[in-house]
Amino acid sequence: MSLSSLDNLYRQMILEHADRPHHHGNLPVADKQIELRNPICGDVLELEVKLDDEGKIADIAFNGTGCTISQASASMMTDEVIGKTPAQVGEMVEAFSEMITKNEDKDYEDLLGDAVVLEGVAQFPARIKCATLAWKAIYQALEKEDKAHE
Amino acid sequence: MDKMKNEILADFKILDQTVNGEPLVYLDNAATTQKPQAVIKSLVDYYEHDNANVHRGVHTLAQRATNTYEATRQKVKELINADSEREVVYTKGTTESLNWIARGYAQKFLQPGDEIVLSYAEHHSNIVPWQQVCEKTGAKLVYLDLNTDGQVDLEKAEHLITKKTKIVSLAQVSNVLGAINPIKELAQLAHQNGAIMVVDGAQSVPHMPVDVKELDIDFLAFSGHKMLGPTGTGILWGKLELLNQMAPLDFGGEMIDFVELEHSTFKEVPWKFEGGTQNIAGVIALGKAIDYLKAIGLANIAQHETELMEYVLPKLQAIDGFELYGSADPAKHAGIISFNLAGLHPHDTATALDMEGVAIRAGHHCAQPLMKKLQIAASARASFYLYNTKEDADKLVEALIKTREFFR
Repeated sequence: MSLSSLDNLYRQMILEHADRPHHHGNLPVADKQIELRNPICGDVLELEVKLDDEGKIADIAFNGTGCTISQASASMMTDEVIGKTPAQVGEMVEAFSEMITKNEDKDYEDLLGDAVVLEGVAQFPARIKCATLAWKAIYQALEKEDKAHE
Repeated sequence: MDKMKNEILADFKILDQTVNGEPLVYLDNAATTQKPQAVIKSLVDYYEHDNANVHRGVHTLAQRATNTYEATRQKVKELINADSEREVVYTKGTTESLNWIARGYAQKFLQPGDEIVLSYAEHHSNIVPWQQVCEKTGAKLVYLDLNTDGQVDLEKAEHLITKKTKIVSLAQVSNVLGAINPIKELAQLAHQNGAIMVVDGAQSVPHMPVDVKELDIDFLAFSGHKMLGPTGTGILWGKLELLNQMAPLDFGGEMIDFVELEHSTFKEVPWKFEGGTQNIAGVIALGKAIDYLKAIGLANIAQHETELMEYVLPKLQAIDGFELYGSADPAKHAGIISFNLAGLHPHDTATALDMEGVAIRAGHHCAQPLMKKLQIAASARASFYLYNTKEDADKLVEALIKTREFFR
């Protein structure tokens, strides 16, 4: 093996997302806000969520520092959760975690959209935490009762 | 080094393997070192021939185990030029050694208003125990700044080490920057102000001659597993008078003299600290590790590592986007190089290098205050040891160039 096997991890779409992440920055107004850290590497992820009247995700933004995998994963996650209810997001987070920790021959595309491109992370156990950080963050943000700031 | 390169490599079987289809290049020695055959064999020999509990048996095996276990104290004494083997206390590692000094010594004597002096470059294990002491005693922490080479800035230290200072605790070699601190001068400064000097030797004792008398320090902490020994072994050295004043933290078997219903008396130093059955096999194997290091010579190891630094640092700095932390002078690196490739997170770098068989560390290296000071979230770190070669250095450089290309 050599660097060519890295293509399995760093697919073109992942590199593009990391280079120009979607929904990067802050929201003017947020209903939910959370900061998560990856204690192993010191990475920080801030997430802000705006909900609509029906409780669906109307807008979302993230900030922080992290590796290619964690930044791309956050960017893809933000693309996929807009318009979803917290219950739907919960299913997505579970599916994402299953996809990259269990080697099951399942198609996750209906649930996760473009984020399925991250399934290669499953072959790099040391990097699973990088990929799951953003998904953990959205799950915990939606669980939080309190309004962060208006 | 007198011992030829191939001869040394033959002693470390673990290095003879492929990782991800490439020959392993192990450059994570600041995290832990590999073990030579003599150390591994000693662990097996002990359990096959000598295993018994120490200090209490009358039978032959117990005597044999006790003698070899105690013999490591003599080897450590000679290694660091201590006055007596009674100044050598066995611990689990540097972290436990520093915690014992903090809780057993500092916590006993410090008062509100007293100051403990550290530096921004300390490992968490030389910060967190002192924070605990401050919480318990009302003492406060003072942090020394670094110069551009990543060493503690002596001039600034002269203003921060004062009569209020009771403890100065510093790493001799930074586990991130590889910078070597002027411990002798700092110890002098501490003593002029009536403070005691604690040294974290985790990255120095395995890599260079360390002489506690020449440095004139009061406590020294280091780990066995970073100097070819087994994990779970470490040393706390202290001047005998200080160890006599220091309270034990593990109470129970092994460490007592007489136990009555309401009160007990403890053994003498160092045995009063070593409560419970110790890591006997590990301590004996640590003795073998010290034999191995002495046979090669610590000065030779230091020279070998400096030569590697002189060889690899210019090559690394020629790589497009290579950002070095610490000194540009190879002589100021003690085998450790921390860096980033511009625009690339060190985790991505480390994964790419792993695909090329090169093992390095990426992260904050248990030194978050230093990362903050350097204004980075994390760094990659390549750390060399006596068995690393110029070929290893070349492989690191090649793999980094390939990584650069891949992420371009």
